[in-house]
Amino acid sequence: MAVSGLLFIAFTLVHMYGNLKAFSGQEKFNDYAHHLREFGEPILPYEGFLWITRVGLLVALVAHVTSAVILARRASRARTTKYQYKKNKHSALSSRTMRWGGAALLLFIIWHLVNFSFGKVNPQTGETGAAAGDPYTLMVDTFDVWWMTVIYLVAMLALGFHLHHGTWSATQTLGYTNTATSRQRAKQAGWLLAIVIAGGFSLVPLSVMFGIIE
Amino acid sequence: MKLTLKIWRQATTDATGAMHTYQLDGVSEDMSFLEMLDVLNEQLNASDEEPIAFDSDCREGICGMCGLMINGQAHGPEVTTTCQLHMRSFKDGDEITIEPWRADAFPVLKDLCVDRSALDRMIQSGGYISANTGSAPDAHAAPVEKKKADRAFDVATCIGCGACVAACPNGSASLFLGAKITHLGELPQGQPERWDRVIGMVSQHDHDGFGGCTNIGECASACPKEIPLDVISQLNKDLRTAMVKGR
Amino acid sequence: MAMHDGTQALNQASNQLSDDAHGYYTRGENIIDAKAPVGPIKDRWTNRKFENRLVNPANRRKLDVIIVGTGLAGGAAAATMGEAGYNVKSFCYQDSPRRAHSIAAQGGINAAKNYKEDGDSTFRLFYDTVKGGDYRSRESNVYRLAEVSANIIDQCVAQGVPFAREYGGLLDNRSFGGVQVSRTFYARGQTGQQLLLGAYQAMERQVGAGTVQEFTRHEMLEVIVVDDRARGIIARNMVTGEIETHLADVVVLATGGYGNVFFLSTNAMGSNVTAAWRAHRKGAYMANPCYTQIHPTCIPVSGEHQSKLTLMSESLRNDGRIWVPKNREDCEKDPRDIPEEDRDYYLERIYPSFGNLVPRDIASRQAKNMCDEGRGVGPLVGDFRRGVYLDFADAIARMGKKAVETKYGNLFDMYARITGEDPYESPMRIYPAVHYVMGGLWVDYDLQSNIPGLFVTGEANFSDHGANRLGASALMQGLADGYFVLPNTIRDYLADGPFEKVSEDHPAVVEARTSVEERITRFLSINGTRSADSYHKELGHIMWEYCGMERSEDGLRKAIDLIRELKADFWSNLKVLGTADSLNQSLEKAGRVVDFIELGELMCIDALNRRESCGGHFRAESQTEDGEALRHDDEFAYVAAWEWGGDSLDGGQPVLHKEDLIYTAIEMKQRSYK
Repeated sequence: MAVSGLLFIAFTLVHMYGNLKAFSGQEKFNDYAHHLREFGEPILPYEGFLWITRVGLLVALVAHVTSAVILARRASRARTTKYQYKKNKHSALSSRTMRWGGAALLLFIIWHLVNFSFGKVNPQTGETGAAAGDPYTLMVDTFDVWWMTVIYLVAMLALGFHLHHGTWSATQTLGYTNTATSRQRAKQAGWLLAIVIAGGFSLVPLSVMFGIIE
Repeated sequence: MKLTLKIWRQATTDATGAMHTYQLDGVSEDMSFLEMLDVLNEQLNASDEEPIAFDSDCREGICGMCGLMINGQAHGPEVTTTCQLHMRSFKDGDEITIEPWRADAFPVLKDLCVDRSALDRMIQSGGYISANTGSAPDAHAAPVEKKKADRAFDVATCIGCGACVAACPNGSASLFLGAKITHLGELPQGQPERWDRVIGMVSQHDHDGFGGCTNIGECASACPKEIPLDVISQLNKDLRTAMVKGR
Repeated sequence: MAMHDGTQALNQASNQLSDDAHGYYTRGENIIDAKAPVGPIKDRWTNRKFENRLVNPANRRKLDVIIVGTGLAGGAAAATMGEAGYNVKSFCYQDSPRRAHSIAAQGGINAAKNYKEDGDSTFRLFYDTVKGGDYRSRESNVYRLAEVSANIIDQCVAQGVPFAREYGGLLDNRSFGGVQVSRTFYARGQTGQQLLLGAYQAMERQVGAGTVQEFTRHEMLEVIVVDDRARGIIARNMVTGEIETHLADVVVLATGGYGNVFFLSTNAMGSNVTAAWRAHRKGAYMANPCYTQIHPTCIPVSGEHQSKLTLMSESLRNDGRIWVPKNREDCEKDPRDIPEEDRDYYLERIYPSFGNLVPRDIASRQAKNMCDEGRGVGPLVGDFRRGVYLDFADAIARMGKKAVETKYGNLFDMYARITGEDPYESPMRIYPAVHYVMGGLWVDYDLQSNIPGLFVTGEANFSDHGANRLGASALMQGLADGYFVLPNTIRDYLADGPFEKVSEDHPAVVEARTSVEERITRFLSINGTRSADSYHKELGHIMWEYCGMERSEDGLRKAIDLIRELKADFWSNLKVLGTADSLNQSLEKAGRVVDFIELGELMCIDALNRRESCGGHFRAESQTEDGEALRHDDEFAYVAAWEWGGDSLDGGQPVLHKEDLIYTAIEMKQRSYK
């Protein structure tokens, strides 16, 4: 859980950085998207790097979801009779919403891949595949639809929550937070990554919505 | 003060339980929470209703025998054991819900009493240092860095009450486990068995049906002895090292 | 202090002239400890360990050992016997062995390690313990205790007990209870907890290894005696109510003390005398039952609902000043409004040289005197206010609040949590409470009672503390008995085993089981109006009033009458709801309370007979002109071992056997604190 989670943290950080290319304009953004396919050539074949990443992420996803399912099942078996009344004392909301938040993120990722990667669905024109337009057009068209932006922003909120608890939780599970200080640092890192990654991702749809990116 | 008490009653482990409501008048704020229940029991006995079964022994916060879920919180609203909770933490007219610890590893025996022998089984699976009586070297043979001795003591204050399990949304006993792993792991005497200990205890923990830890932290806030979450990290670290070492 | 080697008697056998308890008891033969060792005192234990026979390791697993109680004495014994390869069955009434009340001991554990090089030695610890016990303990036992004390610390450190350490990594020591050497090892204010967890873990290790079987939530209700040997116990499974028969080659009782006979004490709610009392009724002698230790610095009673008392370390008396108002009218006032000239710092006034640091029994008794005069403070409980002030205002002014907080912070917090008052702002209220009993089942040097095969260890026996126990010595005795003494003495008995198998149909077994079942049926069928708790409270009031800090001839006679009335009422008006075959806490209490009632009666008779003041026993008729305790060594330097003589309601009377105390290494002296 922790290892695959850390992998996702690294991926989302790079992904978010790449997205910010949107602010450099259509050409630069499309160049970046194309460059990803040529990354590592000639040692790697065309799209080689992309596929290694995709396979790696898929394995991590399977591991992450499997661990989550195992933990959830163990938890539900550990307490089959629920409390009539239960209050939580000091735990963060993010820590208690990992399961539902995670499931929501999974649904979102499926749509996100259909939207931008495998299906290339342009919600504005209804076109799919190559007809949906170049990556930049597809992005701007998508976020011009207000409810798509809302979906993406809600997903980023969920991602922020997930990262907030996930970051500190991963360091704790890996045994790096044996003191009060290191525990505090891990929690601060959780805040930082949640704000930077979820915030960074949100900049693009927000900018489209407010017409900063056209 | 006058209170409305909603209390879980269950005749045996296999019986179906339910919440019962009782009214109690004349509660003094100087009473401990359990003394308040003593008074209720006297009242029940007088009116031919069987008194409520609940566990307690030392009533000074150290034996770990007491433990009730009070208004949804393990040991109630203060950071202390149920026996050290006093009625001045409540006010006239309050409604108080009282439930037993709930975890399948802690089956209810009757009313508010649960069976926590799973905690003993974890200790049996490695929560000790093997030192037969009479085999010990002089106490000064191995000096212990004060910092380590102090940390060992801080986490050795765990009273084994089970509040961590009761409060954990996952029903995990990781805080209990971590406390013992950290206590013995900090001391030079605990090193020879360190890696077998963590494997043994964690296997027993999982075998008894406790949930897995997702680092929510409710355990540490419920702990009357304020055992910090650090010990779970220490547990994980030791477990990782032990697995690398192939134990 | 002169050292004697232990080869010559230094005193004569006692000759009692008074007979205050005439009519309440019958006189039996004098007894001697047939196992008492002789020769130079420093060689006695070494010689005994050598003389005691060994048990072949192959035979050990054929020998069944029952150990009742899992505190320091029982838990340590179970672990050690298990390690040696015996087949051990361990019983406790709590849900886990780790809950035993040894866990609540705060202060520390003495050991003659002399790590501080301050002149401590085995002989000095021995001397201090005998003197502290007011010369009413057995020399040989106490010397052995001092001798093995050093091994206890080694053993505990090896188990991972996190004792306090200095910056150099070595163990820290402090001086405790007024002694002049630093020999007390401690783990903050939770030494008992850490030592108990050490013993518990050692025992759980043996459970894992299969040599120890643990029976939690089991209460021993009878001892099985077959052909004059203890061969097992009858226990009730407190969850299912099943009455179980457990047979063995030997039975060890490590069941703690009976301070709860006073209802309010610092003992745990479940601490009881039942195991020891059932053994007593089967023939085991109860020795010196009246010796009770009362601790001066406990948090006072706040009302009728009170279920137990909480002790605060007596180190508080090092810096706090004890006082009550000079005038009764001031007792209800806010203490901060009472001017200095209207305060009576009574300990400083009466004992100018020791002041607030007088021994526990004196501090306790004077607090009671002040309250009896009507000058107590705090809420009215009954007709009196039961509390005196322990004031830190001067200490805070002198040392600063910060320093006081560093030294006593945890105690102040505990006080604030229980009383809801801030001790930094206004003085604490304290009052004495029963804390430990020195009396217990009579045992010989080998810790065997007068019933062969029945051994008794820890607070449950009477052997080591005489009439008063020194601070930090209870933990020492429990672990000494459990780890080092019992395992070495019991083997001499077990060398004759395995004994002939006893069948569950044996008449003695059937008799024991039937008597337990009948008693339970009787509790459930009285159908009266009063709960067991209400009898317990009433008994506590009687004991505290007449057999507490100060005892008098008239008071004790009155107490015996009251207890007998109470006992008769119990058997006709008790109300226990629920059934026998389920978890039934009212039923458990009923059995314990009636045993306490019978014990209380015997304590009063013992106190009445002993017309002297020694240690924790103060007889109003035996004091100096200054009101100090006065011993009568010529009359009472003996152990009073009482034999059960039948229920007083049926005309029975206990039988007194005396064991003379002859000193060979220490001469008896009268103490003085003026």
